[in-house]
Amino acid sequence: MHRKVFILMLGLLVLLVVLGACASGSQEKQLVTMEVTKEVTVIVTKEVPAAAAKSKLDVVMERGKLICGVNANLPGFGYLDQNGQYAGFDIDFCKALAAALFDDPSKVEYRPLTAKERFTAVQTGEVDVLIRNTTWTLSRDTSVGMDFAPTTFYDGQGIMVRKADNIKSLEDLQGATICVSTGTTTELNLADQMRAHGIDYTPVVFETADATFGAYEEGRCDAVTTDKSGLVSRKSLLKNPEEHVILDVTLSKEPLSPAVLQGDSKWLDVVKWVVFATFQAEEFGITSQNVDDFKNSDNPGIRRFLGLEGDLGKGLGLTNDFAYRVIKHVGNYAEIYDRNLGPNTPFNLPRGPNSLWTDGGLLYSPPFR
Amino acid sequence: MTTATVSEHARPPFWRDERVLAVIAQIIFLIVVIVVAAYMYSNMYHELSRRGLKPGFDFLKLEAGFPIGETPIPYTPGDTYARAFLVGVVNTIKVSVIGIILATILGIVIGVARLSTNWLLRAIATVYIEIIRNTPLLVQLFFWFTAVMLKFPRIKQAIRLPGPIYLSNRGIAMVWFKPTESFSLWLIFLLAGLVVATLVFRYRSHYQDRTGNPGYPWIFGSATWLLFALVGWFLVPGAPITVDKPVLAGLNFKGGARLTPEFSALLVGLVVYTAAFIAEVVRAGILAVDKGQREAAKALGLTDFQMMRYIVFPQAMRVIIPPLTSQYLNLTKNSSLAVAIGYPDLFNVAGTIFNQTGKSIEVITLIMGSYLSMSLLTSLFMNWYNRRVRLVER
Ligand SMILES: N[C@@H](CCC(=O)N[C@@H](CS)C(=O)NCC(=O)O)C(=O)O
Repeated sequence: MHRKVFILMLGLLVLLVVLGACASGSQEKQLVTMEVTKEVTVIVTKEVPAAAAKSKLDVVMERGKLICGVNANLPGFGYLDQNGQYAGFDIDFCKALAAALFDDPSKVEYRPLTAKERFTAVQTGEVDVLIRNTTWTLSRDTSVGMDFAPTTFYDGQGIMVRKADNIKSLEDLQGATICVSTGTTTELNLADQMRAHGIDYTPVVFETADATFGAYEEGRCDAVTTDKSGLVSRKSLLKNPEEHVILDVTLSKEPLSPAVLQGDSKWLDVVKWVVFATFQAEEFGITSQNVDDFKNSDNPGIRRFLGLEGDLGKGLGLTNDFAYRVIKHVGNYAEIYDRNLGPNTPFNLPRGPNSLWTDGGLLYSPPFR
Repeated sequence: MTTATVSEHARPPFWRDERVLAVIAQIIFLIVVIVVAAYMYSNMYHELSRRGLKPGFDFLKLEAGFPIGETPIPYTPGDTYARAFLVGVVNTIKVSVIGIILATILGIVIGVARLSTNWLLRAIATVYIEIIRNTPLLVQLFFWFTAVMLKFPRIKQAIRLPGPIYLSNRGIAMVWFKPTESFSLWLIFLLAGLVVATLVFRYRSHYQDRTGNPGYPWIFGSATWLLFALVGWFLVPGAPITVDKPVLAGLNFKGGARLTPEFSALLVGLVVYTAAFIAEVVRAGILAVDKGQREAAKALGLTDFQMMRYIVFPQAMRVIIPPLTSQYLNLTKNSSLAVAIGYPDLFNVAGTIFNQTGKSIEVITLIMGSYLSMSLLTSLFMNWYNRRVRLVER
């Protein structure tokens, strides 16, 4: 008797589910069936035009705040300061975007991501933009499904060792154990370089920078490797930073760049030109302090840049004074750099390649016109 | 009364025949599942295609390019992603199999101790179980890795135990055996010895059963095997195995057997954790055996050990095996926490692959498929064993 009732209930439940599916639109069901048959017979190579989807720009504007994927464990780039607020070089670019969009750099929601999680977070749309010491590579630009904005920090991979171990070059690392974070370019570059130099080594791969550097500090590894900026930053967190030294070798090119989901050129343009605006402002000599004085400038280039003339911002789907907002609230590239990495910080990183092209560096903004 | 006779008399119309209804319900349910799955798949496929990401497993043939710290099967960065994944799978199997064996032994010991008449033993077992069961495994793994394994001295100051066994925060390096060319020849002797020893064992137990005189089957069996091993040792040219001592060469130990801190911490963590659960399973199994059985054993004058070995355990097994199986499955699945402490298990390696290729859905499918297969195989084996135990029982 019990069984009978049970089976009846089950039958009813199934029926309900089917009916429910019908009620939600027999059209849809037909569509599903059609789709399924299509999929099964031939795997169609049909491309739905990207224009059909709404640009992230509209989504962000409607939402009223920007969701920025960041690092929370990299002093100088992305970390929580003494007040528990996000701060750092990468964070300032999130703020610059928010300033351009909303005239308010605080309209950002930060999502701390590990190296491993970051691309999924962009792919699924969990974050609008990823500004997290991420290297621009061809495969990330294509098969991983990212699009990259201009590089904000030109870096290279380095290696840190203990001074006492007397390791001076890559060759001294023969047979060494090296700690490295998973999901990074670092892991691959290391393999390539060591193979090229014929050096045998054992990697120990951890999921977070904390685990990687923790194990190195305890002596699990002879060396630890990541972007030089990352090494400088994490070195400051070690118990005795002066006992460690960053070798004078560069294993790779690591152009760290903001990334967005592939195929949304409207949104990508916004991110791109906000970054360029920080370069261009430095080139013009415009800072957060003097930007208001420049409003009286009669240089047509500067007037266009600040949105006093022309329709440049509108073309991006922003306001014409977007660059003014960025400079006013966050500052130009030099200000962002100095605030987080400059001489008055524990890192005191020389600008090196991260200087304007006019100073022999690599930062170059296309014209604002 | 049987249903057959009833239905012969008056077969109800099919919409009231519960067997037909059951089949229909199953079919409808299956259709619903397939439609939902197909819808989800097509949805995913289109979403991915729209973003220019073509789903597929072709990437597995590409060169992986990254090294793996522990490779029980040969592997270099020049090998394919498929090979790298396989290394991860083997690493998972390695830690799971060794873990299951050790956790079972430790679990039984603690489970029995928990029922001991000795107050201190019982108290220790209880405290162990309560502490281990009530703290998260991840925390325990971090403890074993950071607070134990990494706290050993630096490699240059490694602790030297007799053997030699070296303990350092690079792991454990110890003497081990290394087979020489004549090893395969000697192996034949060992195998032949095993066959003969089994026969001797059978004969001696049979003798014991028949006559009631002690037959010492274990002693006779192992003696036979040892004899074969010894004779073989002297007959084959040269020594079939040599001792391989670890030596500090450059930055690391070379030779001997080496266990990494990651593997050791993961193994210890999983064993200690799972053993606590197994102990409870064992305890429940033992308590489920009727008190009369023990009393009868006592009355027959069996020792405590004999009572456990011949009376209680065989009967407790029936109760123990199903929950024990799920503990084995838990241990295997929990090994995926390895990624937190850097052991290159399947989940760790797959994570690297997925980051290098961006093929998240494919890689996750592979991960799920692998764990599912391992779990199903374990269950299959345990179910087979369960049936065997029962057959012997009846
Ligand atoms: N630029 C490299 C490496 C970036 C990176 O994530 N580096 C380290 C720290 S410098 C890290 O954050 N590791 C792991 C984590 O904490 O998530 C990349 O894009 O792959």
